[in-house]
Amino acid sequence: MCLAIPHTIVSITGQKTAVGRAGTVEVQVRTDLVENLAVGDTVLVHAGFAIEKLMSDEAAEIEALWDSIRAFAGQ
Amino acid sequence: MTSSVFERVGVGARALEKLADRPLKFMEVCGTHTVSIYRSGLRALLPAGFGLVSGPGCPVCVTSQGAIDTLVRLSGKEGVAIATYGDMVRVPGTSFSLAQARAQGASVHVVLSAAESLDLARELRGKTVVFAGVGFETTAPATAAVILEADRIRQDNFLVLNLHKTVPTVLRTLASDPKLGLDGFLLPGHVSTILGLEPYRALAADHGMPCVVAGFEPDQIMAGLVLLAAQKATGRFSVQSAYPQAVRARGNERAKALLSQVFEESDAAWRGLGILPGSGLKIRDLYSRFDARACLGLDDPETPEPPGCRCGDVLAGRIAPAECPLFDGTCTPEEPVGPCMVSSEGSCAAAYRFGRRELP
Repeated sequence: MCLAIPHTIVSITGQKTAVGRAGTVEVQVRTDLVENLAVGDTVLVHAGFAIEKLMSDEAAEIEALWDSIRAFAGQ
Repeated sequence: MTSSVFERVGVGARALEKLADRPLKFMEVCGTHTVSIYRSGLRALLPAGFGLVSGPGCPVCVTSQGAIDTLVRLSGKEGVAIATYGDMVRVPGTSFSLAQARAQGASVHVVLSAAESLDLARELRGKTVVFAGVGFETTAPATAAVILEADRIRQDNFLVLNLHKTVPTVLRTLASDPKLGLDGFLLPGHVSTILGLEPYRALAADHGMPCVVAGFEPDQIMAGLVLLAAQKATGRFSVQSAYPQAVRARGNERAKALLSQVFEESDAAWRGLGILPGSGLKIRDLYSRFDARACLGLDDPETPEPPGCRCGDVLAGRIAPAECPLFDGTCTPEEPVGPCMVSSEGSCAAAYRFGRRELP
């Protein structure tokens, strides 16, 4: 139920609507819940609504998290 | 250094071996976590004595039997159309399900978004469209946004039967249950996208519960489990995020503002846990003309769960799905008895589809 799928915004179509692309599928997305959305942003879409912008998996914060886990693993 | 999911999962498993030097029991609260854990086979990589129990994080599953019966009853009323998310229509009510009601001529519509239910109200001018709003804090802001839109456009044939529930309160109940003996919570990723980390602080501070938010990929779940085990090993309990991709410390302020504009805290009835004070959301008086309960005078009956069904115990983490006597016998995804076997996020459906090889 709380499944959310990453979509890339391909166009802003209204004050509260945009088109998001996931793979080859483009869907209407409601943008009421996310501020300052721009074409090219990746957002999590849950039940038709964008709920947050998504940070890249390569972000420094995520690398730092895995560095700490490698330290626990003794690597 | 960027690494693969496989490499990360392996590193996480080795970290858990070092950190978990005694039996530990964590609850994965969210149904989407439950499904991912079963589907990926992650359990096979956990150290001996490292237990994971599923929690109440499947909104369809925790909807009370009385609320299901209310919806089924409502669907039989002349001039009413029900709109709801897919899994809800297959949950067996005391007499029958919404899907069976539809087969007998009731107007029951599956929607993928709360916004579609308002579109339906625009189309079906001769009917009152009742949207059954289920879901936690991830889903409730969309319902709030749609109620505000209905208010703006003065839609007079649109009502919401509000079944939304909130996660932190139910976790306090579970943390206080000595019989469960939980060592910590793997917190839901997308509920926390909305809420941020603050609402869980009391769990760590007052209940001594390690709390870690995780994403839904196998490596993200593994990261969450490692941080939980590390908190347990050091005895320093806090709320951490292993899902910075989507979770900011303060959550989604705009979504939270919408929630508090439209809803206020209320008591809510949970399957298996009963009525928990402050664990639900009620539509504020200002928007009560969209509240199906207020407008139609609805009161959920106190109906018992189906005979033999242990969904309540599964949702409270008291038993594993396979411990229910109906599991994989009279209760299967094709012919479910309880909601945990219906919902794509239900623990029983996940255990049936992906976990049966693990049974003795």
